[in-house]
Formats: sequence, structure tokens, C-alpha cells
Amino acid sequence: MSANLSATFYLISGILFILALRGLSSPETSRQGNYFGIAGMIIAIAVTFLSVGNFGLGLIYIFVFLLVGGSIGAFIAFRIPMTAMPELVAGFHSLVGLAAVFVAISAFLKPDAFNLGVVGNIKLASLIEMSLGAAIGAITFSGSIIAFLKLRGIMSGAPITFSGQHIINLILGISIIILVTYLCLNQSNYLFWTVVAISFLLGVLIIIPIGGADMPVVISMLNSYSGWAAAGIGFTLENTALIITGALVGSSGAILSYIMCKGMNRSFFNVILGGWGATDQSSTAKSKEQKPVKNGNADDAAFLMKNASSVIIVPGYGMAVAQAQHALREMVDALKKNGVKVSYAIHPVAGRMPGHMNVLLAEANVPYDEVFELEEINNDFANCDVAYVIGANDVTNPVAKSDPQSPIYGMPVLDVEKSKSVLFVKRSLSPGYAGIDNDLFYRDNTLMLFADAKKMTEEIVKSL
Amino acid sequence: MEIDPFIFRLSIFILSIFVGYYVVWSVTPSLHTPLMSVTNAISSVIIVGAIIAALAGSSDEIFETSTVFGYLAIILASVNIFGGFLVTQRMLQMYKKKKK
Repeated sequence: MSANLSATFYLISGILFILALRGLSSPETSRQGNYFGIAGMIIAIAVTFLSVGNFGLGLIYIFVFLLVGGSIGAFIAFRIPMTAMPELVAGFHSLVGLAAVFVAISAFLKPDAFNLGVVGNIKLASLIEMSLGAAIGAITFSGSIIAFLKLRGIMSGAPITFSGQHIINLILGISIIILVTYLCLNQSNYLFWTVVAISFLLGVLIIIPIGGADMPVVISMLNSYSGWAAAGIGFTLENTALIITGALVGSSGAILSYIMCKGMNRSFFNVILGGWGATDQSSTAKSKEQKPVKNGNADDAAFLMKNASSVIIVPGYGMAVAQAQHALREMVDALKKNGVKVSYAIHPVAGRMPGHMNVLLAEANVPYDEVFELEEINNDFANCDVAYVIGANDVTNPVAKSDPQSPIYGMPVLDVEKSKSVLFVKRSLSPGYAGIDNDLFYRDNTLMLFADAKKMTEEIVKSL
Repeated sequence: MEIDPFIFRLSIFILSIFVGYYVVWSVTPSLHTPLMSVTNAISSVIIVGAIIAALAGSSDEIFETSTVFGYLAIILASVNIFGGFLVTQRMLQMYKKKKK
């Protein structure tokens, strides 16, 4: 296949990838979009085989390995519970990162196969592109592994900080740039491997100071990195499909990080520099626990909701942990039978990744047109009878609007306190991840339901 | 004077960033998780590099260092391609409208 023809096909597959993302603008078009993505991938792979045109024994091995990887991927995709989606995505990011590193390594070891010159005399631009691709890929890989371990709970979600941390990261970052410069001058193997090794280390160090609850930002950021790594390799291979995809994924991840940061009213650097939520607030929390709290049970909650005309449900990470989404749907079904109008309110940073709550609700067969984003629904709380807060905490804290001293001041929050009564399902009065007490617990219109989110919801279903 | 082909690739890259910017802002927030998994899947198009690397070996030396890295990258990328597209499909199947 001629180079021009294959370049045209790569362009087509790049366009199909754009259409795949475009399809996600609404759930109706999204499935079709996914097929576009699959078609783009098949075209890209087929064209690569045809343009290399070397059909030796190697081809058989390639198909075997494709099949091995593909069946592992398919197995994971069908078995993974929806609640584990954040760690799955983190795990997948690490694979893209590592694949980028491996491709860069083989391009470095055998540049003639890629038309980049010969060993010891690789074209300058290609060398820069492949070492940047390898470095970003390595950072993506080790960073995603740490994110995966934190999300999976294998590693504590608490931020790991030590003095001089940021200086060390800065030095490592600068040394990567210096080493790449020297690598371009003398093409030494040794320098290339050092760049890769330092990048692996840097990836670990960048992610460890970031707390578990900031994971939505981290995952989006690593998503973005994996795109830039792919783009770097795309430049090396002079491949349009890879360049387009890299740019798409890179900007997609960057936008998601921005949306997540805005949802927490924090700057990107504030999140990345990390260590948030590590401050010791236990003393203030203790003194506040003396305040009176209204404590209710499932029967009270069922009574309140049955007699309401409208109920808004506010899910959070706690719902995912307790796997309460199916019980919640049953409760809503029972309420609807009683003629209660029910809708769901989702805060942008609810859960551990962008859109986490929406997927869980969709899994429990909640129609997506009953689920609303913060801006769409926030005014409705004033006219609603009951707000049922299940597993969310900081995103409902009115302190964010009233107390400039509070670390979450200015963060957009759901105005649950404006509804006639608030049912707050929580295991204890302990503060959320931000370490701040929630004012909502002590309001007159709040009824605390101290229990596991799933058990409480099931009990309410029984009382209804 | 001729224009370096690199400049063309850079133009494609920059324009794609803009396309990505506008396309991603139009993605509805409720589909942000499928967005992440599908971007994951498509970024595994890096497999084309892995295939080139793997096919570069001469027929008598199929397992030299550079091709082995190619094979490894093929495994990793194909886990991602199949896993990414299938899990996205699985998620998207769950998004349903209210029954009227």
C-alpha cells in the first residue's frame, strides 16, 4: 500500500474517532458513536498491516498476542462491576502509558524499521519526539498505577507528603529536559534509559501527595497525559491517526480536569500540589459534636417521603461504597407509586471520577432524564419537600456559601438546606474528606438517619 | 522554499486540539465516564506503532529486543482496545429514557 493511500486511511480513522466523541453529546447518539470508534480502530490496524507488507512468521505472533490481550480486555470489560469503574479507567490509562513507552523503546532500538535513521544517528526531531513520548508515557504509567492502588484501597487514600517534595519533583522534571538535550547530542543508550527511569519515578511522586477524594482530577489528568504521550509517538511515527487521537484525548482529559477543579472551586495547581484534607481538624470537630442533632429511623423517613409531593435524591461516593443504587431505585419506584415526583441531583465531583454517579444510576435502571446536574436542579430545592442525601457530604455543606474561613468556601454546593426537610443518611457524624463539619447536620429541618446507606434504604422500602 | 512535513503534522495536531476542545465541551456531563473509557480505547491506536515494531524483525530473528517490546505493546494496547470499547458499550447500553 502506498504511503499516500495509507496516510489517507489514517486520516479517515482519525475522523471516525472525532465522531466517536461527538456521539457522546447525547445518550441516543452515543452507541452509534462507539461503533464509529471501533470502525476507526479496525481501519487503522488493517492499514498498518497492509502498509508494512511483511507477512512473515511475525504476523502469526502478532495475531496470537492480539488475541491474548483482546480476550483479557473483553473478560475484564464484562466482569467489572460498575462501582469499580474509576480503578478500571486508571488501570487502562497505565496500559496506554506503558505501551507508549514500549513503542518508543523499540523505535529507539531499531529506528530503521520506522524510517527514522539508523542506530546512533536518529533524526533529531524524531529523537526529541520519541523521548518525550516515552517520558510522558512513563509518568502516565506509574502515576496511574498509584491512582489505581489508591482507588482500589490497596494503598491508603491519604496524601503522602514530605518536606521538599515539590522541589524534588521540580528537579526531576528539569533533569528529564536536560537529559533529553544531552541525548540529542550524543544519542547514548544509557541516557535514554535514564530518562525513562526518572519519568517512572516522577509519575509515582506526582500522584502520592494527592488525596483519595481528589481522584476525579487525577484520573482526568492522567487521561490527558496518556493522550499527549500518544501524540508524541504519533509525531515520531509520522502517523496522522495517532496525532489526531492524541490531541483529542489530551484536550478531553484537560477539559475534564478543569471541570472537576471548578466543581471544587480549587485551582489545578492546588490539587496537583496535593496534601489537602491532611490538616488536623479533630479538635474542632469534637467540640461541635455536642450540638443537638435530630435522629430518625426508617419509619420516620418513609412517612416523610410518602406524604411529600416532590423528593430530590442527592447521591454521593457513599452510595457507591455501599452499593446502594439498586435499593435506591426500589425506594424511588415505591415513592412514584404513591404519586411522589422524584428527581436526582448530581454534583460534578460526586464520586471518584467524572460522571461516576450517572453510570451507577443508569446501572440501576434509573432513566437518564430524571437525573440532573447541579446548575439544572439547584433552584428546585426551594420548592421540594424532601431532599434525600445518600452518601454525599461536603457537596451539600452550606458552609461553602456562608463561611469565608472554611477551606471549601466558594465551592459550588447543592442547596439541599432550602428544601422543607432533609433526610441525611450517614453512618456517623464524622466530617467528610475535607475534614470539615457539615452545618447541615444541626439544622432544624434535618433528620439524620444513622446507618449504612444500603440497609437504611432497604428498610425505608419495607416501611413504604 | 519547501515546507517541512513536520509543520503539516503540527498543523494537524493543533487543529485537532481545537476540534477536541469543542467536541468535548459538547459531551453531556452524564456521559463523562463513558467519555473517559472511550478516549482510553481510542488512544490505544498506539498499537499501530507496536505492529510496525513487531513486524520489523527479520524472519530468522523474530524475538530480538525491539520486536519483543513491540509484542508486549501489542498485548497492552489490545487489552485496552477490547476492554475500552466493550466496557463503553456496556455502560452506554444502560442509559435509558423514561418509559412513557
